Amino acid sequence: MINPVELVCPAGNPAALRAAVDNGADAVYLGFRDGTNARNFPGLNFDRDGEVQEAVRYAHGGGARVLLALNTFPQPADWSRAAAAVDEAATLGVDAVILGDPGLLRYAARTHPELPLHLSVQASATNRHAIAFYHAQFGVRRVVLPRVLSLAQIRQVVATAPVDVEVFGFGSLCVMVEGRCALSSYVTGESPNTCGVCSPAHAVRWEETKEARQSRLNGVLIDRYGPGENAGYPTLCKGRYRVGDHVFHAIEEPTSLNTLDVLPDLVRLGVGAVKVEGRQRSPAYVAQVTRVLRHALDAAQADPDGYEPQKVWVDALDRVSEGGSHTLGALHRPWQ
Amino acid sequence: MKLALGPIQYFWSAEAVRDFYARVREWPVDIVYLGEVVCGKRRALGPDDWLEVAGELAAAGKEVVLSTQALMEAESELAGLKRLCANDRYPVEANDMGAVHLLTGTEGFVAGPHINAYNSETLALLHELGARRWVLPVELSRRTLADLQAERPAGLETEVFAFGRLPLAFSARCFTARAHNLPKDQCGFRCGEDPDGKGLYTQEDQHLFTINGVQLQSGAPCNLVRANDKLRDLGVDVLRISPQSFETGAVVEAFRAAVDGVRDPLDAEADLAHLGADGWCNGYWYGTAGMGTGAEP
Repeated sequence: MINPVELVCPAGNPAALRAAVDNGADAVYLGFRDGTNARNFPGLNFDRDGEVQEAVRYAHGGGARVLLALNTFPQPADWSRAAAAVDEAATLGVDAVILGDPGLLRYAARTHPELPLHLSVQASATNRHAIAFYHAQFGVRRVVLPRVLSLAQIRQVVATAPVDVEVFGFGSLCVMVEGRCALSSYVTGESPNTCGVCSPAHAVRWEETKEARQSRLNGVLIDRYGPGENAGYPTLCKGRYRVGDHVFHAIEEPTSLNTLDVLPDLVRLGVGAVKVEGRQRSPAYVAQVTRVLRHALDAAQADPDGYEPQKVWVDALDRVSEGGSHTLGALHRPWQ
Repeated sequence: MKLALGPIQYFWSAEAVRDFYARVREWPVDIVYLGEVVCGKRRALGPDDWLEVAGELAAAGKEVVLSTQALMEAESELAGLKRLCANDRYPVEANDMGAVHLLTGTEGFVAGPHINAYNSETLALLHELGARRWVLPVELSRRTLADLQAERPAGLETEVFAFGRLPLAFSARCFTARAHNLPKDQCGFRCGEDPDGKGLYTQEDQHLFTINGVQLQSGAPCNLVRANDKLRDLGVDVLRISPQSFETGAVVEAFRAAVDGVRDPLDAEADLAHLGADGWCNGYWYGTAGMGTGAEP
């Protein structure tokens, strides 16, 4: 008997939340409008002042759970804000909070023992001992796996983990193990761990020169684009650099993770949830991706052996993918 | 303050590793971290070889610590981790929470630079679990260090990464193999050709990062020797120097002289100028972009 797999979708704002719930998400995840979560972009997230309560009401009305991400790593100067966010989360009726910082996990487990805890991907738990640690110390009920494991490794983890396992199913591909990447702060002073941002928008500059369009991040040249070439968001790991004599995407091409091809494998090996990345994306994106993955996940669960990813699903997801292309990322060993 | 040599981050031959540590025995460093922290495939030295090197360093009066791998996925890596954590001769530096789990309640481990200790609650937790030393994560500033030092648990030592290319990120992908257009499973250990990593440059020839297998490091080395007085004032116990394939002994000498107060820190920095041809980076220390440089005070 295979347990049902939860489809977890991003809610960067109230309209995206409604789009996710209306199109079949089993759960949505969201954050407060400040640096307490790893998607701290202008115009994103939810006001503490009523918006989260309304989100909970709408999601629960539509049969979806609400997961609140508080997954930055607070430093002493912002500890009280982080602790207050956990306190507030405990009063809002959310179904779980997603934490990554060990200190904040300890605070949450001690102060609000009734509050269900999920381990954020930012905690970098990539093996059974790390997962056992967070389970033993804080009683986390679910872990979100970093996007660095192969399918075989996920199988090992699921088989040995004392908790539910969530994996990324679709969206921007984080090439580095999450929570331990300081590329963004190295260049801009702000990283996911410290400020909840990667390659922050205020550090981005576009230049048109005679030869090319150029993107810079805090003055550092990330990429040059020829006429007619699609220009992606200038994250450090997706730029073109020179190594030796070659200029190429030395870290990763602009592309999105897409697991449509392996959904039955994920279902069979027993993951508890599949997550869609993209709280910074539009409600239309959330609606589209949620709808496709709802169909695909239902099909993969109903008949894993007879499952085939339909062309309309693949095309629909490629239209909203970075660079219009997709990859299985680390799930597929040759990518590594 | 004590001086520590961090683990060798690169893939050196067994001979190069042995030569290096034979020299380290004579150097004025107090603590030596040993082992492979970056890639589980790199096994130039086996567990017994490392213990032999450890024994020689210990006999020369060094405190030896065995470091664990930062990113662990494969069962084979976990088997190695278990063996390392179960050794009863040397303390262990945990670089992953899986290692912290296995070390919980043991004699006294080190929470390495890859453990995300960003606040006092986390330090208190690590100390309760048995940590006797922690290393400041590289992206944190002196301001945060000052706050953390003010509240750190009694008996917990603080170490700061003070010299060398900063370890910035880890991936499942091997960037060295990718640069050689090889799959990771058939990498041919090409990282062994670059004893100080492989430069990654922007299209304007800015040395931005350094490729080291599955790890990305800073392009420029970090150098905090000029911050020596501030580090001491903040009660830092240990400064870490990350080995490079050339003149690490000179780096140790320069730091030793600054730490002992026999050489002005700025002069000590000048002594090392030829090792920082592309400049140093120390922006993190000053609370700015890590690639930048700041001035003391």
